[in-house]
Amino acid sequence: MAFKKPSVLPGFNLSLGYTIFYLGLIVLVPLSALIFKTAGLSWADFWQTVSNPRVVASYRLTFGASLIAAGINMLFGLLVAWVLVRYSFPGKRLIDAMVDLPFALPTAVAGIALATLYAPNGWIGQWLEPLGLKVAFTPLGVVLALTFISLPFVVRTVQPVLEDMEIELEEAASSLGATRWQIFAKVIFPTVWPALLTGFTLAFARAIGEFGSVVFIAGNMPMVSEITPLLIIAKLEQFDYLGATAIALVMLVASFVLLLVINLLQWWTAKRLGRR
Amino acid sequence: MKKLLPLLLAAALLSAGPARADTTLLNVSYDVMRDFYKDYNPVFQKYWQGKAGEKITIQQSHGGSSAQARSVIEGLEADVITMNQHSDIDAVAQRGKQLPENWASRLPNNAAPFTSLQVLIVRKGNPKGIKDFSDLIKPGIAVVIPNPKTAGNGRYTYLAAWGYALKQPGGNEQKARDFVSALFKNVPVLDTGGRGATTTFMQRNIGDVLVTFENEAEMIAREFGRGNFEVVYPSLSIEAELPVSVVDKVVDKKGTRKQAEEYLKYLWSLEGQTVAAQNYLRPRDKAVAGKFASQFPAVKLFTVDEFGGWKAITPKHFADGAIYDQIAAANAKK
Amino acid sequence: MANNKIRRPGITDEAPWVKWLLTGIALVFIGLFLLIPLVSVFFEALRKGWELYLAALVEPDALSAVKLTLVTALIAVPLNLTFGVAAAWAIAKFEFKGKSVLITLIDLPFSVSPVVAGLIYVLLFGAHGWFGEWLGAHDIKIIFAVPGIVLATIFVTFPFVARELIPLMEAQGSDEEQAALVLGASGLQTFWRVTLPNIKWGLLYGVILANARAMGEFGAVSVVSGHIRGMTNTIPLHVEILYNEYNFVGAFACASILALLALVTLALKSWVEWKAERDDEAARIAANAE
Repeated sequence: MAFKKPSVLPGFNLSLGYTIFYLGLIVLVPLSALIFKTAGLSWADFWQTVSNPRVVASYRLTFGASLIAAGINMLFGLLVAWVLVRYSFPGKRLIDAMVDLPFALPTAVAGIALATLYAPNGWIGQWLEPLGLKVAFTPLGVVLALTFISLPFVVRTVQPVLEDMEIELEEAASSLGATRWQIFAKVIFPTVWPALLTGFTLAFARAIGEFGSVVFIAGNMPMVSEITPLLIIAKLEQFDYLGATAIALVMLVASFVLLLVINLLQWWTAKRLGRR
Repeated sequence: MKKLLPLLLAAALLSAGPARADTTLLNVSYDVMRDFYKDYNPVFQKYWQGKAGEKITIQQSHGGSSAQARSVIEGLEADVITMNQHSDIDAVAQRGKQLPENWASRLPNNAAPFTSLQVLIVRKGNPKGIKDFSDLIKPGIAVVIPNPKTAGNGRYTYLAAWGYALKQPGGNEQKARDFVSALFKNVPVLDTGGRGATTTFMQRNIGDVLVTFENEAEMIAREFGRGNFEVVYPSLSIEAELPVSVVDKVVDKKGTRKQAEEYLKYLWSLEGQTVAAQNYLRPRDKAVAGKFASQFPAVKLFTVDEFGGWKAITPKHFADGAIYDQIAAANAKK
Repeated sequence: MANNKIRRPGITDEAPWVKWLLTGIALVFIGLFLLIPLVSVFFEALRKGWELYLAALVEPDALSAVKLTLVTALIAVPLNLTFGVAAAWAIAKFEFKGKSVLITLIDLPFSVSPVVAGLIYVLLFGAHGWFGEWLGAHDIKIIFAVPGIVLATIFVTFPFVARELIPLMEAQGSDEEQAALVLGASGLQTFWRVTLPNIKWGLLYGVILANARAMGEFGAVSVVSGHIRGMTNTIPLHVEILYNEYNFVGAFACASILALLALVTLALKSWVEWKAERDDEAARIAANAE
C-alpha cells in the first residue's frame, strides 16, 4: 500500500506539510524538551520517582476521575446536543451560549465557584450534606470539577454533525417501517458516533491535565484526593525539575497511548461502517 | 474577531498608564506581601524623590514564594526579591548564581527587616476551647493548614508544631514526630497556599482552627470582619524571618544597584518599620516595636536556626520521602 | 445548512413525553453544572453593589489585563485557525498512513497539564533553557513577557479548530468537492465555494471554543507570565491576584467579564446564524417567485 490513497482533491502536500510543520514547532519541539530534560535522570531514579506509591495513587485518581468525567459528559453531552439541535424550548439560545462557559471561566474561578457551591455550607452542598453526600474536598469533587471543565467538548463536537445530518435518511427509514428507536440506533447513532468518540477523547484528555480548578475543590489529601499535576507542582516547589518532568513524561506517554487507542478505534469503526 | 478591534484600541488608550519614570524597579515577592508593599512603595518613592531627585517606579510581582524564586532563576528580571523563607533566596544564589551565597549577611538581622509568627485562629467565642498547639491534636478538632509541600506558610506551621513538641518537658524527636503526625491527622483539607487555607476556613466554614501568620490574622480581620474569629497566641511558636535581597546580576545589568539597595535599606528606617508594624509585621526597630507593643503580645519564640536552618530542614522534613511525606503516607493508610 | 429544515411532524419526531423528558434532563444537567456556577459568579461579583463592581473593572491593572488577554487571543486564535483548516483538510479529505498517530499528536496539548505546558517553554527559553543563553545575550525576552504568554496560549488552544473540523469534514465526505473539480473549478475555488460554506458552523464553534479557552487559560500562562502587575497579568491571573488579596468582589467581577465575553461571542454567533437563515429564506422565496 502506498503512503496515501490517490484522490482527485488537490492540496494534500501543502496542507499536510503545513500541519506537520506547525505541529512540530508548537507541540513536538517543546515537548521534546520534556524528554531531554528527563533523560538527565538515571533509569533507577526515574523509576523510583514515577512508581512512588503516592504518585501511583495520584495516577489512579487522575485517570479514573477523568474517565468518569468524560463518560458523564459523553452521555449528557449527546443529550444536550440533541435537545439543542432537535427541539425548541424557551431560552434555548441562552442555554446554547452557556455551554462554552467552562472554557471561558478561568479554571481557578471555576474551582472556586464549584467549591463555594458544593462546600457543606454552599448553595448545593447544604442539601447534599444531610444525605451523607460529601462532594467538595473529596475525590467526588475532583470528578465534579473535571466534568465541568470538559463539558463543552462532547456537545460541541456532536452538535455540528447533528445539525448537518440529512433528515431524509430518517424519513426514508421511517417510511420503510423503522421505529423511532430503531432509527436512532441504526441511523442516527452511527453517524454521530465518531464525533461522540472525538468529544469523549477530548474531554478525557483535557481532564487528565487539569489543575487550576481541581486544587480548589479536591482537598488535596495525600493518597486520597491528590491529583498528579499537584505532585508535579510540589516537585517544582523543591526545585526538583527532573522529578517534575519525569512524572509529566509518564502522564504524557500514558495519555498519548490512551488517545491513540481511542483514535484507532474510531478510525476502525469509521472504516467498518463503510464510510470511505 | 474584527469586532474586538475597537474595543482593543479603547483598552489600549485607557491603559496608556502613568508617565515614564526615570528608573523602574521590579520587586518579585510572595503572595501575602501585597498589602505591605502597597503601603511601603509610595513611602519610598517620596523619600527617594526627596533624596536623589529621581522619580522611581516600582513594579510588583506576587505569587507563591518558591514559584517566584523559580521565575527569577529562569530569568524574570527582578531587581529585588522579598521572600518568606531564606531557602528561596538561597536557591536563587545557588541555582541561578544571580547573587552571592552570603547575601543574608549584607543586610542587618539576617537580611530580614521584619518577622511574623504562627498563631491559631479560632471561631468566635472559641467554642472548642483551643488555647495552645497541644489542643490541636485532640480527636475531633479539625485544623486547616496549607500544604507544606507547596506553601511556606504550611512549612512554618509544621515546624512550629515540631518545635513545640520538641521543647515540651521530656520532648524528643520521636515525640515531635508523633505530635506532628497527630496534628496532620486532624487536617481535613490541604490547600496549596496560605490564602486558600484562609478561604477554606472563613468562607467555606471548614475546620475549628486555622494556623497561619500573625499578619494574616489582621488581613482576615480587615476582609472578613473583626468579630467573626479570635486569635489565640500559643505558649510557644516559630518566628518566621521574611528575608529580602538585591539580585546582583540584574541590578548590575540594568544599572539600578544604587536604587535597589536603598529600597531595601529603607525597610529598616523608622518609616519602613512603621509601615511594617501597621501591617502587623513585627518590626526589628526597638522604638517602633515599643510604640506598637499592644498589638504584638509577647510570645516565646524559636527560629529555624534551632533546627540547623532551612539547609538542614528541607532535606530532613520536606524533601520527597522525608518525614512529612512519611507522616502523610502513614496517616493516609490509617 | 439543514439547520432547521421544516420537518414533517410525527415521522422524525419523538413522542412528546420523550421530548419533554429529554429536554428536562438536559436542562437539569445544564442548570446544575453551568447555570448555578455562572449565577454564583455574578452573585459574588455584585454582592457589594454595582459601584464596586464597575470600580473593579475600570481599575488600571484590570484594564491592562483585559488588553493583554485580548492581544493574546487575537494572535493565538487566527494562527490556530489556519492550522486547523489545513490539518482538517489533510486528515479528513485524504487517506494516508499514520493518520491516527497524527490526530493523536494534535490532541496531545489537551492532555498536557497546563503547568507542564508552561514548564516546557521555561525549559526552552528560560535562563537555563536550551535557548536561554542566546536569548540573554541578544536581550530578547520570551518568557516573563508577552511572547511567552502568547506561545503558551497557542499551545493550550492548539487542537480546538482542527478537532472541531475533522469529524465534521469526515462526516461530509468529499463528494461535493470532487463534483466541483470535475466541473472545472480550481482547487482554491472549490475550497472557498464548496468546502468553506459546508464547514462554517464547525469552524465558528472551533474559533469560539479556542477563543474562550485562550482568554480563560490560567495554569500555563501563570508559569510563563512573571506576574508583573499591570504588565504581564492576563485576566485569569489578575483574578487570582485579587482573590488572594481577599478582594472577592474584584476577582469575581473580572471573572464575570470573561463569562460575558463568552456570552457575547455566542450572541454574535446566534445573530450570524439567524441572518444566514433569513437570507436563505429570502433566496428561496425569490427562487419560487420566478
